[in-house]
Amino acid sequence: MKPQYVLPFERPIVELEEQLSKLESQPGPTPTTLESIRNMRVEIAKLKRDVFENLNPWETVQVARHQDRPQARDYIELICDEFIELHGDRAFGDDRAINAGFAKIDDCKVLFIGQHKGRNLKERNECLYGCAHPEGYRKALLKMQLAAKFNLPIVCLIDTPGAYPGIGAEERGQAYAIAVNLREMSQLPVPIVCIVIGEGGSGGALGLGIGDYVGILQFAYYSVISPEGCAGIMWKSVEFASKAAHALKFTGPDLLKFGVVDEVIPEPLGAAHRDHRAMASTLKATIVRNLRSLETLSAESLLERRYQKFRRIGEFEETLVSGAS
Amino acid sequence: MEASRMTSDPPPQQRGFDNGETPRKKRGVPEGLWIQCESCKSTVYRKQVEQNLYLCPDCSHHFIVPGRVRIQQLLDEDSFEEWFDNLTSKDPLGFVDSKPYKDRLVAEQKKTGLKDACIAGRGYMRGRPLVFALTDSSFIMGSMGSVVGEMLTRSVEEATRLKLPLVIVSGSGGGARMHEGILSLMQMGKVSAALGRYQSAGGLFISVLTNPTMGGVAASFASLGDITLAEPKALVGFAGPRVVRATCKIALPAGFQTSEFLLEHGFVDRIVPRPELRTEISRLIDYCGV
Ligand SMILES: [Zn+2]
Repeated sequence: MKPQYVLPFERPIVELEEQLSKLESQPGPTPTTLESIRNMRVEIAKLKRDVFENLNPWETVQVARHQDRPQARDYIELICDEFIELHGDRAFGDDRAINAGFAKIDDCKVLFIGQHKGRNLKERNECLYGCAHPEGYRKALLKMQLAAKFNLPIVCLIDTPGAYPGIGAEERGQAYAIAVNLREMSQLPVPIVCIVIGEGGSGGALGLGIGDYVGILQFAYYSVISPEGCAGIMWKSVEFASKAAHALKFTGPDLLKFGVVDEVIPEPLGAAHRDHRAMASTLKATIVRNLRSLETLSAESLLERRYQKFRRIGEFEETLVSGAS
Repeated sequence: MEASRMTSDPPPQQRGFDNGETPRKKRGVPEGLWIQCESCKSTVYRKQVEQNLYLCPDCSHHFIVPGRVRIQQLLDEDSFEEWFDNLTSKDPLGFVDSKPYKDRLVAEQKKTGLKDACIAGRGYMRGRPLVFALTDSSFIMGSMGSVVGEMLTRSVEEATRLKLPLVIVSGSGGGARMHEGILSLMQMGKVSAALGRYQSAGGLFISVLTNPTMGGVAASFASLGDITLAEPKALVGFAGPRVVRATCKIALPAGFQTSEFLLEHGFVDRIVPRPELRTEISRLIDYCGV
């Protein structure tokens, strides 16, 4: 697939790929040409590895936001054998930033929920770049409760810059909607698999993020605030977004260390946007593996395990003397 | 203060999770013998404000109350037994902005006399036993990091174990504390999950929203009351007004994100002026028979 959108640090890779495709399109290649093609393929693979193994946090954010990066609807198409979309929150509307429906993944029947940013201008306008309103969180919860009633496991794909910060969102209770999801998701008696596939933008991400398994793709991030927002507050200018990205420690390895995610899911060589199929296949394997292992747990131990998973998170000092009981 | 600020020019600063916006100036009652009320602009005697529940004697504007004073105002004299005051924040990110987070913590502790932005424990309100916690907006905007999240979670768990009603007074302009990154965000999930268990077990949680309650605090425990009360004209919301204005590119409606706005849109049970809080909460507890 020819990339439509090239990040600065991808340019050397794309240039080599262009040279390669020129060579490959030559009619009647000589043994020397074939030799160069072989060498160039090796070189490209090596370059991809070098570039993508050493991305800094700010570059990771750019990959997570890459316009060609696969989104929830891509994964629904590539992973699910069937998807029966279920719309609406029964109170206000149907938020397009959050998609929900019954799906079949291999022989697993699940409720599939995905935050979707939009792959083209039309979709992006509908989805508001993946920024959900309260009705999106209410829709997600309503469908999750439906799933719990009929004992279906839940899969949540998280990809949002944040919940929508607008007048309507505040009027309709953005804070309340997210808070209720946190509380209710912690008590749904069916397996919940959550995976951050791109941007894990603060409360808007966490509103779908209380699960038994929380994974993150290699070049995704999960943060309390956007690097731009943090830079604006701490250093008074979005120009320090890169500095903020380093300071916030929000990429896979740090999240793993903090116990926030269970796993960093590897992306194909050169990141997910270079190979949607390969990424989808890894994602599918991860989902199925976790559903299979979680389905063996009783509802009671599932809920206790989920509670303790979040209960443990946090770092503080505790001295011996306390008024605590 | 917040209401007048929002219709005039807001400060150019955003704080915390999803940019819950808060003013730059020092919070609470300003220093000095005489102070000006942000609401009616009267010059009032500072002592008089402090002796009057931190209300403006002219217009009843609700100034921000320091946490320890709030406990004196609400709970029966000397009935408060403080819990978990042995917890202090670490610096898990090694976070440095204008100063290292470690130094900031020490400075805030010195300034406020608090270990962190939360006070929790048990006490009595007009003879009714309860678990009580608050977030104090004078300590890093009352923002929730690991310590605040842990203290609130433990308080909820204790209330569950002791089968006591729970009252949390929130004053958190900073939402989830940025300096502890993702760990702060996760505290929202942790406290909310504990509240889920408490409420399923029949516990009564009364959430009292005070000025300001924003971002990750509003989007977790503060919104989860069985009953939600708010002090008049408190700033309460998810995204900071500045961010909302930048997104919508239109002027914000008058009174946007105030207690009255929340009541109008159905997110608050009652707006309760400060002098009536103690009586109202006690009455509500009696109705619920806990
Ligand atoms: Zn006044």
